[in-house]
Amino acid sequence: MAGSSVSVDYADAMITTPIAAGDWLIVAPSLITMLGGALCLMLRKHTDLQPKLGITLLGALVLASFALLVRVLDHGVITMVMGNWLPPFGIAVTADALGATLTFIGSVVAFCAGLFGMKTVSNSGRRYGFYPFLLLLMTGVCGSFLTADIFNLYVWFEVLLISSYGLLILGNDRIQLDGAVKYGVLNLVGTNLFLIATGLLYGIFGTLNMADIAIKVAELENPASGTLATVAALYFLAFAMKAAAFPVNFWLPASYHTPNIVVSAVFAGLLTKVGVYALIRIFVLILPASLDYMADIFGLVAIVTLMTGALGALAQTEIRRLLGYLVIAGIGSMLAGVAVASNDKVATLAISGAIFYAVHSIIVMTALYMSAGIMNMMGGSYNLRKLGGLYQKSIAFAGVFLILAFAVSGLPPFSGFWPKIMLVDAAFKDERFWLGAAILVSGFLTTLAMGRIWIFAFWRGGPEGTPDGQSVEVSGSSQADLASGAIWLPLGILTALVVYFGIQPEWMIELSTQGASSVVDPLGYIRSVFGEQG
Amino acid sequence: MRTVIFRTIAPYLAALMVLFSIFVLLRGHNEPGGGFIGGLIAASALAIFGIACGVASVRRAIVFHPMGISGFGLFIGALAGVVSIFRGQAFMTSQWLIFDFFDVEVALSTPLVFDIGVYLVVVGAIGSIALALEERESD
Repeated sequence: MAGSSVSVDYADAMITTPIAAGDWLIVAPSLITMLGGALCLMLRKHTDLQPKLGITLLGALVLASFALLVRVLDHGVITMVMGNWLPPFGIAVTADALGATLTFIGSVVAFCAGLFGMKTVSNSGRRYGFYPFLLLLMTGVCGSFLTADIFNLYVWFEVLLISSYGLLILGNDRIQLDGAVKYGVLNLVGTNLFLIATGLLYGIFGTLNMADIAIKVAELENPASGTLATVAALYFLAFAMKAAAFPVNFWLPASYHTPNIVVSAVFAGLLTKVGVYALIRIFVLILPASLDYMADIFGLVAIVTLMTGALGALAQTEIRRLLGYLVIAGIGSMLAGVAVASNDKVATLAISGAIFYAVHSIIVMTALYMSAGIMNMMGGSYNLRKLGGLYQKSIAFAGVFLILAFAVSGLPPFSGFWPKIMLVDAAFKDERFWLGAAILVSGFLTTLAMGRIWIFAFWRGGPEGTPDGQSVEVSGSSQADLASGAIWLPLGILTALVVYFGIQPEWMIELSTQGASSVVDPLGYIRSVFGEQG
Repeated sequence: MRTVIFRTIAPYLAALMVLFSIFVLLRGHNEPGGGFIGGLIAASALAIFGIACGVASVRRAIVFHPMGISGFGLFIGALAGVVSIFRGQAFMTSQWLIFDFFDVEVALSTPLVFDIGVYLVVVGAIGSIALALEERESD
């Protein structure tokens, strides 16, 4: 870890030059969704207006976050301090390549979910606020990716959690309330640990600004001291809960199959990745010394999480639960990247692998949940025992599913292949052979799990018990919706991205390498917050 | 709870509480008070009125759905931060307009708009929870 001993002259930060209009792009993602969410909330009785307004706003979010990403690539890390209360006292919002990339990909996924929700969310779901909640969820997600203040990160976590509770119980079924209780309690515990750790951290350093903490940690004589170790352990536990890492992963398969399928898709894509993002930000940027002695724990947790996810997926017959376990397996891969990042020589490679994997996982898991929804529309069930004959119903959809199945298993030529190579490469270079092996074995088991879906739902002629060579007609739950472009367009966009990142990975590798170097070597980040002379 | 005394007093009490909540809201910038506490007072006024005269009459009295009020509060609260874009300053930088009105100094500002936004969010959110609970009880 670049132990950058930067001495910051606070006077530099006190100069208030006019803010370039382009820097407003930093707050644009949160601002658009917050204003839009409020607007949708006021108009929630107009159920025919909701999708139009919601999708337009999510489209604006995609454009704004893309513009932000382009600006970050042009200008390097950019910072805006709220209300001209200058750092380290004011709340800084800082966009680096890591935050901006994830914001952009997250926005694309939310836009696709907004489209998909046009058909799958009923009028009562719209009245109960699907679009307002989706927009406010994105406020929290984008805010988390872009903030440079650790307490502010906590606030954004709360924003996204409150919206996610709303989305989870949309429809008010008994099973949804049951899932929401498990999800809610565990997240409440996690958030409280996060808050306690932040309080301790503030007690040690007297500052909440991430760049400022990074400087002060680097200056510490004994960074492995007891209190800081406690803080690090608490953060690890809190974010591992959010990310659904073993052994605190049980809430995810218990709750992700309960809500509307499009809500599951957004959750599977975004929420756990925010936890992983926070782990990368905290452990690689601010507490690199703690990562050094916790690396073995990270590695162990990563291996067990990879195995739990893959084996859990093999054991399931409910497609949504199966996919939930695959989300967990993906979290294991990203944690492996963080574990390897303790080795300075491969840190950039490992973290860029983790970032690329996060991007891949956001896209592919959302797409897979959407295809599970389509399988239900075609075959009338989420259960592998009852599904069958989907290959005959739509060959094109079968093709799309096969692409996604290859991608999630990490097979070339799709998007899962490259981040896995980077992660395995980094793990082997760090001589953590078990970790690299675990990623590969988990990928193999994932291939088997996806192969089961493929054989049972697509190749078998009908439900369980149908003899080979015969076909039994299965009736779908909502055949009429299948003719709608609102179902196929979002799946098409996401699959196109999966194929694009698989065949042309240079752009995303470049982005994630930039993102990784901005946390591994925080000098640019710190200078952006405290002014150029830093 | 619907005694004659309570039913007679409750509308006046609720009106007084709303008035007081606005007073608390406006003195908030430099003295104890502000949007959050003012909003809580106003929400309890709605709750008292609802206990005495029924939830339906509260819903009629506030015209808009409480969640709509919340949404409006969030909207103007967020919008108050945007004003500074026109002066090339960072998001949420406070803008002040101070003038004399019949020899009394009046200070209008974006923090005031933000505070009113917070007030409305709290009134809407807490009010809608309170009304929902009272509705269940009368079933």
